[in-house]
Amino acid sequence: MLADDLRGMFYIALKDLKAYYFKPPNISWGILFPFAFILAFAIRNPGDLRSLVPGLLALTILFGTSSMEAIVIVFERRIGSLERLLLSPVRLPALLAGKLLGGMTFGLTVTLVILAISLAIFGTSHLNWFLLMLTLLLSATAFSAMGAFVSVAVREVFEAQTLANFIRFPMIFLGGVFVPLETMPGWLQTVARLLPLTYSVEALRVSFSGKPGTAALIDLCALLGFSIVLFSMAVHTLSKRLS
Amino acid sequence: MYEIIQVEGLTKIFPAEKNRLPLRAVDEINFLVKEGEVFGFLGPNGAGKTTTIRMLTGLSRPTSGQARLLNLDLTSELARIKKQIGVVPETSNLYDELTALDNLIFSMQLYGVPRSERKQRAESLLERFRLSNKCNTPFVKLSRGMKRSLTIAAALAHRPPLIFLDEPTTGLDVMSARSLRQMIASLRADGVTIFLTTHYLEEAERLCDRIAIIVNGKIVALDTVDGLKSSIQQKCIVEITLAGENGQLEKRRLDCASGIEAAIQQVLNDGSRGNIVSINTIRPSLEDVFVHLTGLNVEVMLAEKAGKGGSNAGG
Repeated sequence: MLADDLRGMFYIALKDLKAYYFKPPNISWGILFPFAFILAFAIRNPGDLRSLVPGLLALTILFGTSSMEAIVIVFERRIGSLERLLLSPVRLPALLAGKLLGGMTFGLTVTLVILAISLAIFGTSHLNWFLLMLTLLLSATAFSAMGAFVSVAVREVFEAQTLANFIRFPMIFLGGVFVPLETMPGWLQTVARLLPLTYSVEALRVSFSGKPGTAALIDLCALLGFSIVLFSMAVHTLSKRLS
Repeated sequence: MYEIIQVEGLTKIFPAEKNRLPLRAVDEINFLVKEGEVFGFLGPNGAGKTTTIRMLTGLSRPTSGQARLLNLDLTSELARIKKQIGVVPETSNLYDELTALDNLIFSMQLYGVPRSERKQRAESLLERFRLSNKCNTPFVKLSRGMKRSLTIAAALAHRPPLIFLDEPTTGLDVMSARSLRQMIASLRADGVTIFLTTHYLEEAERLCDRIAIIVNGKIVALDTVDGLKSSIQQKCIVEITLAGENGQLEKRRLDCASGIEAAIQQVLNDGSRGNIVSINTIRPSLEDVFVHLTGLNVEVMLAEKAGKGGSNAGG
């Protein structure tokens, strides 16, 4: 049974990448959108551009993983093709894990392109590769799980887009991408601590400073926690909807 | 030959929702399906056909009752059952973005067909369903009939001994429906057990070894086609053909238990226009059995179905 689940996960992810993700509009949207945000910020506040790279990576992985993920499941449910997967010997958590894997792979691929461009421009000094890769991986998992939860929580594709944006846009401004957390009022900092993007940005900043410490470990644990909670919520919600 | 499906007291109750009382969609049904047969499951809209299929294929949990498929318990051995059944839902639901070949290969990947066999098996299925020339065409670009054929091919990709076909010919043109019926007959010849739901009574009559008729969640009859017919054999049915003013012929079937004269009088009293061209007493058809058991008008039922997205594929 485990073999069926693992095989199912792999092929569901592969199918999603082929059918939905690796299409020109997705790739260009995944790269251009975060660039546009950062560029607007850099023009308004010119300064150390290298310091914007962690925020840029965090935004790229947020949008790369969650944009399509939030639509795919609800879309397949609408057209009936999710039923094909439910009829197969792959169990529901593995089915959703396959969906997550597709979103993560796409998000990570797009982010690695941005990372390569950034490093070519700004260099790799003080970079902690291990922390960087681990943060990107856990961020991709958390954001993809968030996308999956959005997708199973709604009934229509347009509702998924609305809900995803309702969650993502406040997160962009509260997650420390543009405004450091320390400069925010106390209550807003508390709100920011409830958002996965905050931990992603923080851990990415640390990985670029080359000085990992306890704070980075807490960030990674928080991202892992968000991944587990959001994935469990997605499995529970879908299971309830189907029954 | 063993009973590949054994159903005992299977019930599905949908809980109350706002503006809706609890719904007993399937009500303690019992039946057996023998290995290798084509088992028809007939009933009007909302009778419980699709709910029954959804329960038997693990998409919906029964409220009560038991079922065994392929000698495996539906509740505790569902994963093993799923590996050995193929399901063709009412709507063709393959992936629009994938080609015909890729859709078949993905189905095989999900069911663990060895990599070395996938391509050859997919090509042979495409050939069998006369889709070889559409091998690299995306699913979205296939005609409705081709989509239906490919959906059936995908359900057969892992070579299941038992296949569920939910309204396979609904929405197809006459030629596509005929070709699909030939394929269903050829599957039966290969020893595949087929659980078939359909609205088209002629289709059921032509394809099925045995038929269960379900009305309001209960099975009201279960027998071979001949057995069902003989249950109302003693009934007298008369077919009266009328020619209208423009020469158009209209056929009407009536119960003539009170005598042929009374049936003729009924036609005349109904205000039917035109001259009576012929009067024949006929043997009951499956349609007559269906009408007798359900009290429904078959034309109305088919029209309702067509209104839901189907078209006429009967005949």
